[in-house]
Amino acid sequence: MSGKLYLYPIWVRIWHALNAVFFLVLLISGLSMQYSNPDVPLLPFNLAVTSHNIAGVGLIVLYLCFLFIFSFSSNRKHYKIEFKGLLQRLIIQMKFYTFGVFKGEKPPFPTLEEAKFNPLQQVTYVVVLFILLPVLIITGLPLMFPEVIIDNFFGIGGTLLTALVHASAGFLASIFLIIHLYFATMGASFFSNYKSIVNGYHETH
Amino acid sequence: MVIKRLILKIGIVICFIALNVLLKAQDVADNSQCLKCHGQVFYEYHNEWTDQVDRKPLNPFHHIDSVKLHTSVHKMFACIDCHSMEYETFPHSGELRLEEKYKCMDCHGGDETFAKFNFEGIEESFMESVHYKASDERFNCWMCHNPHGYELALREDKPIVEVVSISNNMCLSCHDNKFKYGLTSDEEPKNMAEVHAWLPKQGRHFDKVRCIDCHTKVQADILVAHNILPKEEALKNCVECHSANSVLMESLYAHRARENRAESGFVNAVILNEGYIIGANRNRTLNYVSIGLFGLIVLGLLVHLTLRLTLIKKK
Repeated sequence: MSGKLYLYPIWVRIWHALNAVFFLVLLISGLSMQYSNPDVPLLPFNLAVTSHNIAGVGLIVLYLCFLFIFSFSSNRKHYKIEFKGLLQRLIIQMKFYTFGVFKGEKPPFPTLEEAKFNPLQQVTYVVVLFILLPVLIITGLPLMFPEVIIDNFFGIGGTLLTALVHASAGFLASIFLIIHLYFATMGASFFSNYKSIVNGYHETH
Repeated sequence: MVIKRLILKIGIVICFIALNVLLKAQDVADNSQCLKCHGQVFYEYHNEWTDQVDRKPLNPFHHIDSVKLHTSVHKMFACIDCHSMEYETFPHSGELRLEEKYKCMDCHGGDETFAKFNFEGIEESFMESVHYKASDERFNCWMCHNPHGYELALREDKPIVEVVSISNNMCLSCHDNKFKYGLTSDEEPKNMAEVHAWLPKQGRHFDKVRCIDCHTKVQADILVAHNILPKEEALKNCVECHSANSVLMESLYAHRARENRAESGFVNAVILNEGYIIGANRNRTLNYVSIGLFGLIVLGLLVHLTLRLTLIKKK
């Protein structure tokens, strides 16, 4: 039986959409800068730098807004990880993605109003929002003002170290993006999750 | 009291001898006689006409920084090795100002000792420069390279920021000084910050890159290119530096790149020692690992998708 749940209020949808835009701009401009090549430019260098800076600042502002609203809204309950039995729940969810989904099994942790994420989604989103994104911000901001970075950190150039951590975190974020995009196709139908992040209603299996 | 004075005098003599020995040991010429006036901002002399001691300001163009002189590459030369011996007489004869000065090539040209520095190539390159051409050939080496304070930076392996500072100060000694600029031009020097307003992170660039890295054309046969280009031809394309084939590897970092470099996995690793340039530095190992990992994930997702679609169709 299929039903609809209003899971994504307008502020979540706006935040998600802006996040996606900033994320894509940062990814494309970041790749363009890191692998800049005068013969095959993905973006002109100055455009890549400017757009990366603007989208970076945009993402930071958005993140701060998210944290502010998050701390007052009921939405934060979805990010509260119950550590007891977590490993087992994660294994169950992974088994579903690796085997169950091909057998047509029902999701072991269906989307509910009080728990919109399955355990794997929950852990991933917590890691991305509260570890990966802060790392990107903490390393990205100083790269906009490199004069604040220390010259030498235990024998390694401070800017190099910051840039390496930033690029590595950016890489992990790009992996998250591609997996996120794919797993979004595993809703009630191929595009139902894409629709729900536009209209706010989640279609259940 | 007498003994104290004697000890003081002996002390002064010992210090003087020690200083002389130290200077000789460092191969520094004794130019103290000239520096008595030329090393000062004000100089004094006995005016025989008035029988008084006059105190006058020294022409700043004739002032010599004695510390720089004693640490410069020309520290072993006495002033009169290059200037007329008649300068030993004071007041100096007015005609001496017409004295023809030595040029760099008078000493450095055609000498096997300096062959590896290719001074002939440098002179050729300089003669192509906008400085030389625009000044009716009046421009000479001394206008940038102060013979009384010239120090080696790149070849001495000084930190890049110091190399950059020394080099850029040569340019700014005219381009930020209307009096010196006036020696070759009737115009006033332009404000460097305004002229370079288009350059992002201007201060950072000025601290880390030499003016000549954008304003000359790299030449493989000389360590530092001297063919200063007309401003319209200066590098403005960011990726000339911000790419794996960074021109800085042929200019600012060329010396270090030639000297050294064990494989570290980093592209343009030599730059990493003293800075980081987006686009010019990347790590090969990390590149391969990240491309491999990303490829595997995409492949895995594609296989997953294919299986899903196939099985759904079957059902």
